[in-house]
Amino acid sequence: MTDTAFRREKMEEGWNRPPLIEEDGEAELLEVAMGPHHPSTHGVFRMDLALDGERVVRLKPVFGYLHRNHEKIAEGISYLASMPYTDRLDYICSLTNNWAYALAVEKLVGQQVPERAEYIRVILAEFTRIQNHASSIGFLIQEMGASGTPLMYAFREREKILDLFEELTGSRMMCNYMRFGGCRVDTSAAWLDAARKVVDGLPGFVDEFENLLSTNEILMARCQRVGILRPELAVNAGITGPMLRASGVNYDIRKVDHYGIYDRFKFRVPLGDHGDIYDRYMVRILEMRESITILNQALRDIPGGPIMDAKAKIRGFRPKPGEAYGRIEAPKGELGFYLISDGGPNPYRYRVRPPSLINLTVLEDMCLGSNVADVVLIFGSVDIVLGEVDR
Amino acid sequence: MAVDEGLKIELGKQGVFVTTIEELYNWGRRNSVWPMQFGLACCAIEMIATTMARYDLARFGAEVFRPSPRQADLMIISGTVTKKMAPQVVRLYNQMAEPRYVIAMGACAISGGPFKQGYNVLKGIDRYIPVDVHIPGCPPRPEALIQAFMTLQKKIDEQPLTGAGRPRHLDAEAQGEFPVPEQGAHDLEPTSNKGVWTVPVVIR
Repeated sequence: MTDTAFRREKMEEGWNRPPLIEEDGEAELLEVAMGPHHPSTHGVFRMDLALDGERVVRLKPVFGYLHRNHEKIAEGISYLASMPYTDRLDYICSLTNNWAYALAVEKLVGQQVPERAEYIRVILAEFTRIQNHASSIGFLIQEMGASGTPLMYAFREREKILDLFEELTGSRMMCNYMRFGGCRVDTSAAWLDAARKVVDGLPGFVDEFENLLSTNEILMARCQRVGILRPELAVNAGITGPMLRASGVNYDIRKVDHYGIYDRFKFRVPLGDHGDIYDRYMVRILEMRESITILNQALRDIPGGPIMDAKAKIRGFRPKPGEAYGRIEAPKGELGFYLISDGGPNPYRYRVRPPSLINLTVLEDMCLGSNVADVVLIFGSVDIVLGEVDR
Repeated sequence: MAVDEGLKIELGKQGVFVTTIEELYNWGRRNSVWPMQFGLACCAIEMIATTMARYDLARFGAEVFRPSPRQADLMIISGTVTKKMAPQVVRLYNQMAEPRYVIAMGACAISGGPFKQGYNVLKGIDRYIPVDVHIPGCPPRPEALIQAFMTLQKKIDEQPLTGAGRPRHLDAEAQGEFPVPEQGAHDLEPTSNKGVWTVPVVIR
């Protein structure tokens, strides 16, 4: 029986972890340490695999190779000084990290945000989502062996979006843009026009990307029915973001929490059917399309006005004792910041709920029974950034 | 030991190409530096962006990123080196074949950068391995990486094949293996490689 047929049969029986060691006891397990330096590990991550032939029997993730003491440093510095550090959590999408942190602090002090600033935040967050999904698909396809082309297409669009970020915030990647109660600098009319122009070009890019990939035979053969994540397990393990939605669970914090001004926009939440790698890929493609519709609406409706709340306190920022949890739908899942204030200028406790780390916890369940070559793909489809996993 | 430029041009007009072994050898080395595909943190994304169509590192003969250290000439330390990762970085460097070069990309690789106060962050990779080019920035722009690359090419070009300052693979006395630090009770042991790095003297 071929591997795929075997797996399909076991999956149809309802197994999430098909038993794969033959019962004769002769099988000798091969232990392989994949990483921390491995061309596919998205940074420094190690997986200790136990293999029975080509099949994975055990997978132990080893974290901590990029543990940069983010939380400890943040507890020693003022609230605002942590903002640039949040850029470096998930370094592909710094602006959504900024927003999640700003949201948590705004909740802590009960700060209002002017309407224009909310619109700017939505625009930047959706741009971030598009460039994150594009490059994460690019990396996934690169791990499949198509070294170059899809990733180059993705990075071509990413550069256009990064140019917008750079013009507005002064930095390509580490934007450090949001503030408690608004944003740092205002967008000019020229910037908004440039943004509209980029958005107009994006549907063409997604179409091109899809033509190139979605019906590609190799992609379908390697991604369909591989790395299946069942919805029950996904919910129990606290998986969020495109991974959860690919398993068919309708949960998008933009819809659930109505944070910011997301209830003003009309958009759909794409859902997967099978929870395999292909569904995760497809959900990301569809989310890019939905982000484009949100961008179109936001760029059409953006009002004038201030970008900073007049009552926002910048100097001597000391929140009253209390605690707050702010969360947003980051491109990778639920990104939350939990803050405890004791009335001082710096947080008493600062905790990040990173989507990447929690989405990684089901890696073993998805990989058991697959081939080693599939592990690379399954890992790539989770879409993690090590800066956020290890912090 | 370069050939007189005027004579070279004159001979070139007659269809005679004159060069020295050294120039030819360094020309070849300079234009085919293969970096290692080795990303550590944020700077790795900028390193990837540098190799993509817009910045196109291939113009400098360095588009072939090798996953294996055995096939690479250049190690780009792109990101924060933590104390857990430092032994692996040194081990990878040891596995590279001579002549090998190192670019420390970004504030973290140079000095620990914004995370310097962290208990788990190495304060600069130059404590363990010799670094040829440092680029500051957090992260450095792709142009900065290209600039570092051109600086490295210039450095390779100026290396004589004999005498002092020759590349390490032509120097039998040169240090080939660098000691790999190990996790001690409180810190990495040793805390730095004394042959490579000394505590800088601050002049006030």
